[in-house]
Amino acid sequence: MNFLDLAPLAVVLPIIGAGAAFLARRQVKLQRLITIGILCLTLILEAGMLAAVWGGESYAIHIGGWESPFGIALMVDGFSSFMLLISTLVSLAVLFFATSQGLADGDEPGPVSVFHPAYLILLAGVSNAFLAADLFNLYVGFEILLTASYVLLTLGGTAERIRAGTTYVVVSVVSSVIFLMAIAMTYAATGTVNMADLAVKLPELDQGPQLILHVLLLIAFGIKAAVFPLSLWLPDSYPTAPAPVTAVFAGLLTKVGVYAIVRTETLLFPGGIVSAGLLVVAALTMVIGILGALAQTDFKRMLSFTLTSHIGYLIFGVAVGGPLAIAATIYYVGHHIIVQTSLFMVAGLIERRAGSSNVTKLGSLAKLSPALSLLFFIPAINLGGIPPFSGFLGKFGLLHAAVQDGDPLTWVVVGAGLLTSLLTLLAIIRVWARIFWRRAADAEVPNQELVDEAAQVAAETAAGGAQNPALGLKLARELEAQSLPWGMRYATGSLVVAGMALTIFAGPIFDFCERVAAELIARDSYINAILSL
Amino acid sequence: MSVNITFLVITGVLLAAGFYLVLERTLTRVLLGIMLLGNGINLLILTSGGRRGVAPLFQSGLAADEYSDPLPQALILTAIVITFAVTAFLLAMIYRSWTLTSADELADDTEDIKVSQKTAYDEEEDSPVAEDTTEFVDEEGRPVREGEE
Repeated sequence: MNFLDLAPLAVVLPIIGAGAAFLARRQVKLQRLITIGILCLTLILEAGMLAAVWGGESYAIHIGGWESPFGIALMVDGFSSFMLLISTLVSLAVLFFATSQGLADGDEPGPVSVFHPAYLILLAGVSNAFLAADLFNLYVGFEILLTASYVLLTLGGTAERIRAGTTYVVVSVVSSVIFLMAIAMTYAATGTVNMADLAVKLPELDQGPQLILHVLLLIAFGIKAAVFPLSLWLPDSYPTAPAPVTAVFAGLLTKVGVYAIVRTETLLFPGGIVSAGLLVVAALTMVIGILGALAQTDFKRMLSFTLTSHIGYLIFGVAVGGPLAIAATIYYVGHHIIVQTSLFMVAGLIERRAGSSNVTKLGSLAKLSPALSLLFFIPAINLGGIPPFSGFLGKFGLLHAAVQDGDPLTWVVVGAGLLTSLLTLLAIIRVWARIFWRRAADAEVPNQELVDEAAQVAAETAAGGAQNPALGLKLARELEAQSLPWGMRYATGSLVVAGMALTIFAGPIFDFCERVAAELIARDSYINAILSL
Repeated sequence: MSVNITFLVITGVLLAAGFYLVLERTLTRVLLGIMLLGNGINLLILTSGGRRGVAPLFQSGLAADEYSDPLPQALILTAIVITFAVTAFLLAMIYRSWTLTSADELADDTEDIKVSQKTAYDEEEDSPVAEDTTEFVDEEGRPVREGEE
């Protein structure tokens, strides 16, 4: 009995927890206890799994003892356990955030009590998609997480959320239909849906059918990963949801699509037949996404656009291929999940502190909310790719791999990547200047409450004078503590710290990513583990 | 493997009609479109299971054309259940949308409209700086600019 045989628990525990949480829907405290307890257990399990495969092992679990390729297999390797651990870490932080928000608002039993069960089911779906070693199980994982996400996105059922939810549901269903079509055709062509078995059998097909299957899968995953031109649904649907929901969606859902794309490109269709197409798509995703971000006045919408824009870097890494590029992609996925989630949590905090996330209504927050400014500033410049943060390291790895490649088209995309990085910085600086630095009275639509508070703090600072310069700061911190519950601040803070840990321990983590990338490209250990050759 | 051409044609028609309906703005039509898409795909999976008319039962020693592949049927069963859940959710959402807006149509995104109506001229960034906004004090110790501080 190997410890890794417990891996299915990463899916089973959240599902059991969801059932228990639903039964406890009338007891708000018990429900919270169950959800947080289950997520902590899952986190410990996944940390153990990652430790067990840290050296680069692959371990297959055959569910019910059915040998592959007949039964359902789950795959625990470096890539899947890395993604599992990061996704659970992020969901736990967001759960603390949501819980303390709910505590502060006094959770009313009713439609909101469905949040915890749906949240756990979402996580079960994400884990299932990461572990799945056959295409159909991957589809089921996608459907579990999508169905839970429909519920979370339309929580409360206001007109705005229903409108946004409709777009989201229809787009997701269409992507699932395309995925299912690809599965049907793959099965008709090869007689298997097991990914290891497919890796052996697909190269025996003719070029034409291979290309059709390849492109169909990429389109299906591209919609989920929000790759241009299939990304336009995302900024429309994410920002309307409650802050914790948007945060967890931004972190996890698109990355599941990216994970599937990496698997398809490395395991099923190695050789980079479509890499030129992927390069073009990556450049367009980056540039058009960030141009969209610059046009927004709402902070959450701007973040949604940067989210789609930075998916372009990941696709870029996959398109370049090669050990270094794939390693940098894996590192960048981890960075992107953590940074985007923390920024969306900060957006939630801003909304709560100042009553709006629209930059035209905000100002003075640097003086009014010092802790919040710090929580925004660190992930923001991390996203902008300022050294020494992980965003810079990931981008540097990607560009380094691309320059080694040396193809003219790759150089163009390198240029697009650098441009996007600069424009991201511009977008971030504009938000910083407007929300945090300018006086609230200077806003296009001044918020009287903010203006008054800013005047109070300024008066207090003046009263303190040179002898007691911290007097104004003290008042600002009191005002901040009134509007932002400590749980929300600490949950966001812990994720910001996790993002910094990715920088501090970049050496060992990047070594690990390189081992994983070498394994992904070699394919042997995956195929051998599943088919027990 | 022989392919059933009737099934494939029906699949094509169902998918084409489904995708057409999904592009509509009326939510009920979108729902019908999604149901057609689901059924079309199920038919496509069924065709991948080999010829019709034989049971999906396998005994050892049976030739490949004497039984049909049971796996596609299992896949369809799963897909049907998933489509069922999504359809139920969509129906609830359409009903909610109808209760709220008493219209069966999808409205435009308000933020999109705002962005499309924005002028190229941005007041904050493009207007000339009207006054010196420095917070420094001059030699006599008076603030250069009169402000709230």
